Amino acid sequence: MDAPNLTISASDPHVLYPSGSWTVANIERLERLCDGIRGKTVGSIDLSGVGALDTIGAWLIEKIIRTNRIVATGEPFTGVENSYLELLSEVRPLNRRVAAIQKVRNPVLIKLESIGRSSGRVVSESADVLNMLGMVAIALFDVIRRPRSFRLTSTVYQLDRVAWQAIPIIALITFLIGAIIAQQGIFHFRRFGAESYVVDMVGILVLREIGVLIVAIMVAGRSGSAFTAELGAMKMREEIDALTTMDLDPIAVLILPRILALLIALPILAFLGSLAALYGGGLVAWLYGGMNPSIFISRLREAVSVTHFEVGIIKAPFMALVIGLVAACEGLRVKGSAESLGQQTTSSVVKSIFLVIVLDGLFAVFFASIGM
Amino acid sequence: MAGAPQGIHVEDLVVGFGERIVIDHLDLDVEQGEMLGLVGASGGGKSVLMRALVGLLPKRGGIVEFSAGAATGRRWGILFQQGALFSALTARQNIQFPIRENARVSEPLLDEIANAKLEMVGLTPEDGDKFPSELSGGMTKRVALARALALDPALLFLDEPTSGLDPIAAGEFDALIRTLHSTLRFTLFMVTHDLNSLQAVCDRVAALADGKIAAIGPIASVMESDHPWVKAYFHGARAQMLRLGQQ
Repeated sequence: MDAPNLTISASDPHVLYPSGSWTVANIERLERLCDGIRGKTVGSIDLSGVGALDTIGAWLIEKIIRTNRIVATGEPFTGVENSYLELLSEVRPLNRRVAAIQKVRNPVLIKLESIGRSSGRVVSESADVLNMLGMVAIALFDVIRRPRSFRLTSTVYQLDRVAWQAIPIIALITFLIGAIIAQQGIFHFRRFGAESYVVDMVGILVLREIGVLIVAIMVAGRSGSAFTAELGAMKMREEIDALTTMDLDPIAVLILPRILALLIALPILAFLGSLAALYGGGLVAWLYGGMNPSIFISRLREAVSVTHFEVGIIKAPFMALVIGLVAACEGLRVKGSAESLGQQTTSSVVKSIFLVIVLDGLFAVFFASIGM
Repeated sequence: MAGAPQGIHVEDLVVGFGERIVIDHLDLDVEQGEMLGLVGASGGGKSVLMRALVGLLPKRGGIVEFSAGAATGRRWGILFQQGALFSALTARQNIQFPIRENARVSEPLLDEIANAKLEMVGLTPEDGDKFPSELSGGMTKRVALARALALDPALLFLDEPTSGLDPIAAGEFDALIRTLHSTLRFTLFMVTHDLNSLQAVCDRVAALADGKIAAIGPIASVMESDHPWVKAYFHGARAQMLRLGQQ
């Protein structure tokens, strides 16, 4: 196709002579051509040389007429084909309205405003989580009052996904963590001949803190994100609205089974995770530290008591509740776009991991002050 | 025009999933510049045929050819049933997207083009700042049409353009497509169930039944067809009501 051009007609210096194909395929060249003649006084436009014209070409010719002074009286075009004339008259009324001028705002003020807004959001989002806690509690009391309304199938299905299917990966990761702690302990304690104390360290650390913390973080990343994405997708496709109009409570139908499943799953997973971590620690103590397994077990029995285990496992359901509530809140906050689904899922994982660690810290202070 | 509109030539097309043959040795010709409407039973393979034509579905056999009207490559615009607007972009950015991907154009010109397209489909430049989730069903269809028209395609595919619109909005949409066709002269391939649209927009109607074109021609001649499904479609209760309303 002919390359477009824009020249002054040879016979009359006031006549513009566009030629070639004025189509979107040549838009870059066309824009340069039109910028080149901006502000010139033009008599008329001779379109007889134009081989092809589309909306964008027609708009650019219309723009020449608007930005240049046209001297001709009457029709500004000559030599134009009928089919082009229709297109040219179609673009004539477009873009006539002057767009409202947007006020330029101070970037510092914008930054300050966004800081203010996000701190306000922290408060409102905490209120959302508390609100969700209240609604879940109401749904739970409702279920206790009318046990037949309890969704057992759904809860068992969620339990399968959250607990049963998570066991292999949780066991593997906690096993590795236990092994790494033992290896580091042996390596550093060896210098002052206190290798045997590695059993105390592994036992207490795993049972009190690391076991439950690692498992909670894993569950937040694995199941919390899934809850948010599921609820968000359901919200986007109006499934939650459909439930509400059927006089069913989305909290009781969708969220309560998930949170109950988490509440049951996390202590079990934390228990299994702690076992795997102790097993990993024992294996490293044997293979790397040369400590006989029977000695490891008897030392472990001296070093840890049931209290340590209780301190760890008491935290698990609270962490599960936090993960479930945050996941549910974020899921219901999803708006129409695919982007917002991704954003809310990310924020669900980040927030629940953060809150799990904060909660762990609060529990540490609490248990220290009651002497556990 | 930006090159002549493109026609479609389909010969012996077979499309299927697993054991199931959806399009069974289908022949179809769409003339350059004509507006063809395709009707067929729900789940009867209309959308499958359209997706096979544009290459979204692999064909088992047969030929799909586009007559050499356009100079450069395949210039199509496609309006998907749900609009398929990119949810992370505003309406204006959605319209600019195909142009932006194909050429380096200054931002002011891109904005002018997008605003012009918005006005051509009956929206205001202010609507351009909205995200797809903030648009109503009718507006979504209009923005999707503007995006399909962004590169002045020689061939426009519409998949159920008036589904989910009220009769007034559907009528406006039909009129809009006619107006745009009279100025832009594209070839139109429209999948629809809307008998009003068929009558208002299409030059010819093709009826798809059992994976084949059962009848094709101007709507009046298709209505005379003896094929049982075509008969049922055009002479069913709803079609009768429509005819009563027009008398």
